[in-house]
Amino acid sequence: MRLILLVLALAFGAPALANDLLPIVPTAIGDPHPEGNDFMRRNHMDMMKHGRDLTLREGERDIDASLGQCFDCHAVVEDGAPVTYDNEKHFCRTCHDYAAVKVDCFMCHRSTPAEDDLNRAMAKPEDADSIAAYLARVAEESQ
Amino acid sequence: MTNRAELTRRDILKSGAAVASVTLASGVTLMAFGGTADAKGADAGKRWGLLIDAGKCDANCNDCVTACSTENGWGHSDHGTPETDVQWIRKVTLKEKATGRTVSAPVMCQHCEAPPCVDVCPTGASMQRPDGIVLVDKHTCIGCRYCMMACPFKARSFVHEPVTDQKVGAPRGTGTVESCTLCVHRVDKGRIPACVEACEQAGHSAILFGDLNDPESPISKALESYPSIALRDDLGLNPGVRYQNM
Repeated sequence: MRLILLVLALAFGAPALANDLLPIVPTAIGDPHPEGNDFMRRNHMDMMKHGRDLTLREGERDIDASLGQCFDCHAVVEDGAPVTYDNEKHFCRTCHDYAAVKVDCFMCHRSTPAEDDLNRAMAKPEDADSIAAYLARVAEESQ
Repeated sequence: MTNRAELTRRDILKSGAAVASVTLASGVTLMAFGGTADAKGADAGKRWGLLIDAGKCDANCNDCVTACSTENGWGHSDHGTPETDVQWIRKVTLKEKATGRTVSAPVMCQHCEAPPCVDVCPTGASMQRPDGIVLVDKHTCIGCRYCMMACPFKARSFVHEPVTDQKVGAPRGTGTVESCTLCVHRVDKGRIPACVEACEQAGHSAILFGDLNDPESPISKALESYPSIALRDDLGLNPGVRYQNM
């Protein structure tokens, strides 16, 4: 009898229990992913891994899937500052803690948005630190 | 957009859209994808290098080292262990015993054409980009430090302490080896390295940056016109960093 009660309790209690146990994904800002959330949940790691090899080894930086871009929309702000990976409220940790998946990204990468986006855009020739402006200055000096 | 384009390549193949195919022979087909294969990133036709004029370098100036440290986020550790702190670039002062003449110049990764650090790396983490910049792929670095032993210039450092709040352009982490990247994140975006910028702003302009493969570039012309040396030229590594007036 006890066993039957237990089975019944599990059968009816499980849905409510499951909702409580699922990770609460922090809301993001910005436009939703064109691929959809289901696609991103399944494929974000492959997108980033492929991008990292292209960027580091080939110097291809115009990649539309980088950690920095994740944090454009997915930074969790607490007390006025974005939380780091050490905080369990960090966007990546909400699901990865739940799935018991350890990610090593933040051993080297910063886990918060960049303080400045200086190096994300291509330098304009008129920028003082652009290679074009620099070479023009050097050429002028040597004359 | 390449990344996302890659992911959907299978879908493109399935749909047959945006694919031009040419049959070369029976069973051999050449396929081209619409607009996804444009050449970007490190240019194999270039070889970035530096020419350091020790005659212009001020012995009391440390601006290149400071700029590198600020740009790449190293050297700020508060662990109180200076002997294990990393050093991407250092000022070296040489004194000729016979004459007493001293010269000062910055020494960093020399971005060799035949880098010994790449030869000895057991995991392929120590690598050279198509444009000659030598880097450590920290995704595959196991921290064995063979490259540090192989480098004749003592250019590489091992990260002993945990790092937080890294710069976006320069990810760094404990247990990996690192060195000067020639500010690859800036170069890829069309900007000059931080040390070059700082030296120019300090009024010395002792570091000349440019493409060694381009005979018309200021660095190639200077190398052609004036005497210069490579550090440890006897090793035949053909470094991308050269020195004048040493």
